[in-house]
Amino acid sequence: MKTKKKLPALMSAKYRGRTASYGCVLAGWLILEVMMHTGNLSSLFTSLLVPVCCYIVAAIGLNLNVGVSGELNLGQACFMSVGAFTAVCLSGSLARTIPAPLPRLILSILAGALIAAIFGILIGIPVLKLEGDYLAIVTLAFGQIVKSLITNMYLGVDENGFHFSFVDNQVNMAPGGKMLLNGPMGATGTERISTFTAGVILILLALIVVYHLMYSRSGRAIMAARDNRIAAESVGIGIFKTKMLAFAVSSCLAGAAGALYGLNYSTLVPAKFDFNTSILLLVYVVLGGLGNMTGTIVATVVLVLLPELLRSMQDYRMLIYAVVLILIMLLTNNETLKTWVQKLKKRYTAKGGTAHDTES
Amino acid sequence: MDFLSYLINGLGLGSVYAIIALGYTMVYGIAKMLNFAHGDVIMVGAYVAFFAISNLGLPLLPAVLLSIAVCTVLGVVIERLAYKPLRAASSLSVLITAIGVSYFLQNAAQLLWSSSTKVFPSVISNGGISWNGLTVSWLTLITISVCVLVMICLVLFINRTKTGRAMRACSEDKGASTLMGINVNLMISITFAIGSGLAAIASVLLCAAYPSVFPTLGAMPGIKAFTAAVFGGIGSIPGAFLGGLLLGVIEIFAKAYISTQLSDAIVFAVLILVLLIKPTGLLGKRIREKV
Repeated sequence: MKTKKKLPALMSAKYRGRTASYGCVLAGWLILEVMMHTGNLSSLFTSLLVPVCCYIVAAIGLNLNVGVSGELNLGQACFMSVGAFTAVCLSGSLARTIPAPLPRLILSILAGALIAAIFGILIGIPVLKLEGDYLAIVTLAFGQIVKSLITNMYLGVDENGFHFSFVDNQVNMAPGGKMLLNGPMGATGTERISTFTAGVILILLALIVVYHLMYSRSGRAIMAARDNRIAAESVGIGIFKTKMLAFAVSSCLAGAAGALYGLNYSTLVPAKFDFNTSILLLVYVVLGGLGNMTGTIVATVVLVLLPELLRSMQDYRMLIYAVVLILIMLLTNNETLKTWVQKLKKRYTAKGGTAHDTES
Repeated sequence: MDFLSYLINGLGLGSVYAIIALGYTMVYGIAKMLNFAHGDVIMVGAYVAFFAISNLGLPLLPAVLLSIAVCTVLGVVIERLAYKPLRAASSLSVLITAIGVSYFLQNAAQLLWSSSTKVFPSVISNGGISWNGLTVSWLTLITISVCVLVMICLVLFINRTKTGRAMRACSEDKGASTLMGINVNLMISITFAIGSGLAAIASVLLCAAYPSVFPTLGAMPGIKAFTAAVFGGIGSIPGAFLGGLLLGVIEIFAKAYISTQLSDAIVFAVLILVLLIKPTGLLGKRIREKV
C-alpha cells in the first residue's frame, strides 16, 4: 500500500498472511507446551490438544477446496475416515515389526494421507464434472457411501496375513489373530501414539503445502477458475485439472488429519466421521473466512473450545453455540455494521497507520 | 407378489420423502438456498403431533392441523429472523445460518422434551386391503393418497392462482417481480409457510410408520429428502415428487434384494449415477451459461 518505510520481507503485504499463520501456530504451541510443563493445563484441555490439531489440518484442507477452489464440499469427513482407518489398521498390523511409536506414527500418517488422496482423486473424477449445489450433494452422497462401507467392513490379521469380510462378520482367523476393523464397532484397542508435537508439525506442514500451492502458478490458476470459469478457460487453464489438484490436496490433508485423530484414541467408530463432522469443518472454514488460513485456525480453536468453556452452562451450552453461530453470520453480513467498520478503518489509516488490507 | 408389495411399500416411503422434498425444492426455487433446518422442522412437527395426541387427547385430524399450524408459524419465524437479513449475503453464509438454526432446534428440543425417545401412539389402524394375496396396509394407502393430494393441490396453487404465479415470477427474476409490484418478501414467507406445513404432514406420516420421536429425528429424512429433491432436479416441483417416489422405491428394493445395511449406500450411489448422466437431475432445467 502507501507505506513509505521499507518493511522487512516477512511483514510485506505479500507475506503478511503467511507470517501470521506460522506465528499463530508456533506461539500457540510454545504457550501450550509451557502451560503443560508447569501444570497449568487441565486434563480436559490436554485431551483436546490433538483433536484440535486434527480439525485444524482438515479445515485447512477444506478451506483450500471451498475457499480457494470455490467448490462446496459436504463430505470432508469421509476422507478423514479413510485416513483414520488406514492409519489405525497399518499401525495395528505393524505393531510387532516396528515397535518404536514415532516411525510408526509417521508411516501411518503418510499412508493415511496417500490413501485419502487416492480416494479424493477417484471421487473427484465424477464430482468435479458437476457444478454448484449438485457438486455439493454428490460430495454429501460420497460421504454417506464411504461411511456405510466402512461401517460394514471387517478386517482381521493373524500369522497367515489379512482376513477381510464384508457385511457378515465371518473373518476366519487363526486363534491369536487380531481384529483391526470390527464393522460398526470400528477399531478397538489401538495403541495411542499421536502426540501434540506431531499435531503442530502436521499443521505447519499443511500450511506450507497450502501456501506454496496458493501462491504458485497452479494456485493462481485455481483461483482464476473460481473467480471466472469461462475467462479462465479462455486463457487456456484446464478447469478440471486445476480443481482436481485442489480437491486431491484437500482430501490428502484430511486423510493425514484423520490418521492423527485415529491414533489418538484407543477406540474409533466409523460413525464419528459422519455428515455432522463434515458440516462442523465447513462451519470452521466459513467462520474463519474463505481462503484465509489464519482465520480457519482461529475459528477452529475457538469453536472447539467454546462448548468446553460453556460447560458451566451445562445443558444450555449447545443452544448457546447455535445462537452464537447464527449471530456471527447475521452480524458479519450486516450492512450498517460493515460500513461502520469501514469508516473506522479509514480513520485509522488516515492517521498515518499502515493500511490493514485483508488477506485474499 | 413380493415384488408388487415391495413396490407399494417403496411408494409409501417415497411419498413421505416426496412431501419433505417439496419443501426443500420450493424454498430452493424461490430463495436459492439449501434450507438445512427443514429436517428439524419435521422433528418439531412430530413432537407437536405427539403431545397433541397423547397429552391433550386430541383425535388425529385436529392434531395434524395443530402440528401444521405450529410448523407454519415456526417456518415463517425462522425465515424472518435468520434468513431475511441475509438476502444479499453469500450462499455459504446462509447455509451456515441454516445449520445454526438446525443445531438450535435440535438442542432446544432436547432441553424442552429430553433426549429420550418417545413412542408415537398408533393412530392408523393396523389392517389393510387384501387382494389376490397382496396386502396393502391402510397407512401406506393413506400416505400415498395424501402425497398425491398434496401434489395436485400444490400444482393447482402454483399454476392457477395469482399468488402461485407471483411465486413463480419471484423464482425466475426477483428484480423484475419487484418492478411488477410483487411483494417478494411476502412470497418468500409464503413459500416457507407452505414448505413447513408440508413438513408437519410428513412428520405425522413418518411417525405413523416409524413410531419413535427424538430430537434428531429429522436429520436422516431431511438428508434423504434433500437427495430426492436434487435427484428430481432441485427447484422443480414435479421433480421433487418423482425424485421422492423413486428414492423410496430404490431404498425398499435395495433393502429387500441386496442388503439392509448397505441400502443407504446404494441409494446415494444411484443418485451419483443419475447426476453423472443428467447433471441437473431428472427434471431439472439446464440453464445455458452466457459470457
